[in-house]
Amino acid sequence: MDWFKRAKEGLKPQKKKEIPDLWVKCDGCSEIIYKPELEKNFYVCTNCQFHFRIKSSDYVKHLLDDNKFEEFNTHISSVDFLKFKGKKKYSDQIKDYEKKTGSHDAVRTGLGKIHGNSVVFSIMDFKFIGGSMGSVVGEKLARAIKQAIARKLPLIIISASGGARMMESVLSLMQMAKTSALLAKLSNAGLLYISILTDPTTGGVTASYAMLGDIILAEPGALIGFAGPRVIKQTIGQDLPDGFQRSEFQLKHGFLDAVISRDEMKATLKEILEFATDTEITDSENGELPAENVEDIKGTPEVKAGTVDDEAAKN
Amino acid sequence: MTEYVLEFEKPIVELEKRIKGMKELSENESVELSEEIERLEEKVSKLRDEIFSKLTRWQRVHLARHPQRPYTRDYIERMTDTFFEIHGDRAFGDDPAIVGGIARIGGRKVVIIGQQKGRTTKQKLHRNFGMMHPEGYRKALRIMNLAAKFNRPIISLIDTPGAFPGIGAEERGQAAAIARNLLEMSQLPVPIVVAVIGEGASGGALGIGVGDRILMLENTWYSVISPEGCAAILWHDSTKAEQAAEALKLTAPDLLELGVIDKVVKEPNGGAHRNYDEAAKLLRESIEAELTELEKLSPEQLVDARIEKYTNMGFYEE
Ligand SMILES: [Zn+2]
Repeated sequence: MDWFKRAKEGLKPQKKKEIPDLWVKCDGCSEIIYKPELEKNFYVCTNCQFHFRIKSSDYVKHLLDDNKFEEFNTHISSVDFLKFKGKKKYSDQIKDYEKKTGSHDAVRTGLGKIHGNSVVFSIMDFKFIGGSMGSVVGEKLARAIKQAIARKLPLIIISASGGARMMESVLSLMQMAKTSALLAKLSNAGLLYISILTDPTTGGVTASYAMLGDIILAEPGALIGFAGPRVIKQTIGQDLPDGFQRSEFQLKHGFLDAVISRDEMKATLKEILEFATDTEITDSENGELPAENVEDIKGTPEVKAGTVDDEAAKN
Repeated sequence: MTEYVLEFEKPIVELEKRIKGMKELSENESVELSEEIERLEEKVSKLRDEIFSKLTRWQRVHLARHPQRPYTRDYIERMTDTFFEIHGDRAFGDDPAIVGGIARIGGRKVVIIGQQKGRTTKQKLHRNFGMMHPEGYRKALRIMNLAAKFNRPIISLIDTPGAFPGIGAEERGQAAAIARNLLEMSQLPVPIVVAVIGEGASGGALGIGVGDRILMLENTWYSVISPEGCAAILWHDSTKAEQAAEALKLTAPDLLELGVIDKVVKEPNGGAHRNYDEAAKLLRESIEAELTELEKLSPEQLVDARIEKYTNMGFYEE
């Protein structure tokens, strides 16, 4: 009978996958937490405030009004122009991650609103090859910055990255210069850039756009630094102090404006965004782009029109 | 300075020694050997061409790290008519891993900055092996801003195994200092010529490496990570660096092909370490030629073209 049951199940294998694992262990305090509760709390442990790593779609849901994200350039994808081969071919790695994550690379960019304030919003995905920055991340961010300039909108980038993508060698290094140069243009245009650092933000990403915000915020306890702790430990041959390279360490040393917990992030962004804008946004305007911006969207043909992502479409 | 010879240089160096010996013999003992010397000189030149035309990427990495390779100060000494070194970031300290100052080259007043390695053990430690701290990047920026203020071009020489990974470096904002330089260098309204003279490792190199023209000497490397670092990540085995060097495509000809650099600067026969004067002369000529071109542009044109140059970097599918 057992065999029969299994064979029947085998006909609908997807059904089994749908049963969610309802409990998860906190990396901060080892407490076993009920997942739906964790989700309600923005994936922050109610016991110890540990911030779990979350997906880009979770940030969209959590920070953008009505879960609306009008995404730009969803079809740019990486190419293995060096025919780079480590343990695996880079070309295969790209395909695997595209399949696994359902996205084309480690960053998503687009338009959204935060308490009625229109912003160009970018979120990195650590799940895509460690959030590494190659040509696609550089290009998508470059275009997002250009969009912000064209639309006269503030820019927000949420970083989560192990650094530059090794498999694109010197070209991934050059993305640091590329994004930084365009951020200079954004700044010259008098536009606001808020950089949000999440766990982890290291290497070439930290040493370029992540550290160039007019305002730099971080989630609590995030690893933030240039060199990775292992490399530092190896180089100096001694243990690293407690809390080294964490958000609170960076705040103490003057490299962050504030450490903001996930549940306070949206309200904080609203304050900063409204500091930098002269037009007061009333509740009645919520949900609609200011008229002048709509015109700008149509009037920027050099950049491909954004497409609405899956989550937004469902809403 | 005791002579250091790389494995693949040995046949060349041995032949050269024989020629030298014969020359001494013919001078001191008045033995007629000129025909034999000429024959050997031809042979060594042929051998050198053969070996150097087939260098592997890993061999070039070795040449870039050759203990006798000329360092930044060796070039500055030979390329400039006057050089006045300036120090300090005006905030924390002076970083000896980078030197910088005001100089004259021919009719030009310029600023030169560059990572500095040490030759002896003591010097190596003093220069921290050419690995900069945040104050070094800030010092470099201060010197470059001085150039902008007085409308002088900037020459930046790259030779570093990376920015220093240490506790103090992180506490004082290694990442923030490099990021700031990338942004500011993209905006400086004066010509910037960058030349990789040895090793160009990662953000530590790029932190003084944004410019209008990027040159690389023939036997240098420039990459997002060192071959050893790459091998450690890929195969958990840093001895596979040779393979990693191949995968990273990190040599001057590679980067020229990828469109990341503008020119490969020739080195003297057998590499820069065989003839400092000639190496410096070749580099100076290349830099001067680039500056002559760049000086035709207005500050706006210069900055626009520079941003455009970096904006176009990257390979992707759409
Ligand atoms: Zn917890």
